[in-house]
Amino acid sequence: MDISTQTTDASPPTPPQPSAAEQKRNARGATRVGDRVFLGLSRGSGILLLVVMAAIAVFLTYRAALAINRDHGNFLTTFEWNTNLIPPTFGIAVLAFGTVVSSIIAMAIAVPIAVAIALFITHYAPRRMAGPVAFVIDLLAAVPSIVYGLWGALILVPHMTGLFSWLNDYFGWTGIFSWDGGAPRTILTVSILLAIMILPIITNVSREVFRQVPQMHEEAALALGATRWEVVRMSVLPFGRSGVISASMLGLGRALGETMAVATVLSPDFDIHASLLNPGGGTFAQNIASKFGEATEDGRDALIASGLVLFVITLLVNGAARIIIQRRAEYSGANA
Amino acid sequence: MSTAAASTLRGASLPKWSPYAIVGGSIVLGVLIGLVGGLDSKVQWGLIAGLLYVLGTYVIAARVEGRRQAKDRVATSLVWVAFVIAVVPLVSLIWVTVSRGVKVLDPYFLSHSMGVVANADTGGGAYAAIIGSLEQVGLATLIGAPIGILTAVYLVEYGRGRLAKAVTFFVDVMTGIPSIVAGLFILSIMLIFKMQPFGFAGSLALAILMMPVVVRSTEEMLKLVPNELREASLALGVPKWRTILKVVLPTSIGGITTGVMLAIARIAGETAPVLLLVFGNPFINNNPFEGAQSSLPLFIYQQYADSAGANAAYDRAWAASLTLIAFVMILNLVARGIARWKAPKTGR
Repeated sequence: MDISTQTTDASPPTPPQPSAAEQKRNARGATRVGDRVFLGLSRGSGILLLVVMAAIAVFLTYRAALAINRDHGNFLTTFEWNTNLIPPTFGIAVLAFGTVVSSIIAMAIAVPIAVAIALFITHYAPRRMAGPVAFVIDLLAAVPSIVYGLWGALILVPHMTGLFSWLNDYFGWTGIFSWDGGAPRTILTVSILLAIMILPIITNVSREVFRQVPQMHEEAALALGATRWEVVRMSVLPFGRSGVISASMLGLGRALGETMAVATVLSPDFDIHASLLNPGGGTFAQNIASKFGEATEDGRDALIASGLVLFVITLLVNGAARIIIQRRAEYSGANA
Repeated sequence: MSTAAASTLRGASLPKWSPYAIVGGSIVLGVLIGLVGGLDSKVQWGLIAGLLYVLGTYVIAARVEGRRQAKDRVATSLVWVAFVIAVVPLVSLIWVTVSRGVKVLDPYFLSHSMGVVANADTGGGAYAAIIGSLEQVGLATLIGAPIGILTAVYLVEYGRGRLAKAVTFFVDVMTGIPSIVAGLFILSIMLIFKMQPFGFAGSLALAILMMPVVVRSTEEMLKLVPNELREASLALGVPKWRTILKVVLPTSIGGITTGVMLAIARIAGETAPVLLLVFGNPFINNNPFEGAQSSLPLFIYQQYADSAGANAAYDRAWAASLTLIAFVMILNLVARGIARWKAPKTGR
């Protein structure tokens, strides 16, 4: 700012004229040592963040390249994860399938409910209730994922048998929902748990967007005789669409990278099955957590390689979500 | 409209108590159907009741008020049902954690470790894990919070041009990095230098996860500081850096503290990077710079995963969960309290 460049120690009545060089420095700003140090520190922190991001990409790529060179199978298509073999044989096909399928099912469950809750808080709940409900959703977001994992494995899993047998009875013929009667530690249970976990973030971001709907739009609709649902459908949802899309993508990013909740619930089996109710599949993060303990150094490199794939996928998903959000409004769900 | 045949301008409408009546009716019917049909699962009863509620609302409202009003009422009831669905898991989670956690959560649990206690045996506790958690999270905060706050100061007070835009974008993207990837990053460096797991490595990964959260919240708070304050200070000839330190930061200190505490609450529950980098240790290790440590989330995971279903281990896992949730919730509540108490007066 220009103001800061004005000299403070002016001695009245006739301040000595600063030399030409000094004047030039003043015009540029940041003449004081303190200013320069402080600017340097804060800019340095910003640059450090960028360096960290770059370093993550570089180091992961380096170790991943080592691993992929040693890989005897095809890194993309092999249905195996045997890093202790000589030569090691591993591929990410099963992990990619499990990660994508479980996250997408989680989204399909969570997004409608989250949007409904966001509408509940902004447009439906009695005013006295809206605050506490928003608070409860925030608490849901604050519960650590390992506690969700413990709850999922010990409480949710036993409760899933009823749903599984029902799905098997009525939809087993589709193949997707056929069940052999094993413990329900499968992709579908994981998806439901993930849905519960990403619900808060989608709700919070959608809620912020719904709050920004211009009052005039809603009042105009009401004045035309619209019911509350028609107001929501005609003015709130169209305004909030892009916000809801990016909120969902933020939720997707979280579901893709969730580790502990999946690692505790899923009983992995390194194969792809059509049925969501039979054990099978795995996710990137879960595989890293559960294979890490027994992995040798080569095995760890292989896990890093799969982590790099996860990193790239989440980077793309989150980047896309942020671009959509930024194009729409100055809002970020980082604290959600 | 043809339905508005009455003398008033309003169409026919259901009495105010009707939604409650429909709720009661559908619950009774749901229970009846459940009993008669011999359905074991209470969840199915609930689902049938919910379905009956939505259907009943539509049919009754459509007959009395017309289809548009009926749709409106169905939307309202669906929104309420969604809310109830979301509350069920939270209530269940809190209830189970508290009721099972208090079984072994006592001073003994908090002050003893697992050193010579086999996983299937009773006894032992989370002392080593609590020490590990406090040290790792503390060190991560010492690294992450200053860098995060300074970056936010740069973005709000200095940031113009390409660099600021890039930092803003990557901070946003960084919030979405899966915690396990941050762990793998530090791991890849440790592999290069052939290092064994130790506590501070976990702190570094946690700091990476913490920084973007702190940047975001601090940025929001700094933006709330009225420009008049900055201008007044600068007009008195105060250098910019002193203006930031003495005017801008003190004005927004409440919000910044809140943001940092919420970030601490978030990283305190992270398991994945700790699992990779700190490895877990049943013995007490007070030195975060050498040797494997434990941490509360990791303790929960290992009690669950390595115990082959022993009840004693599950009890300890729940007790540790309760400790962790209590810690996180207290941080959250205090942070929100500070935010309310110290909220900058924006004149609105």
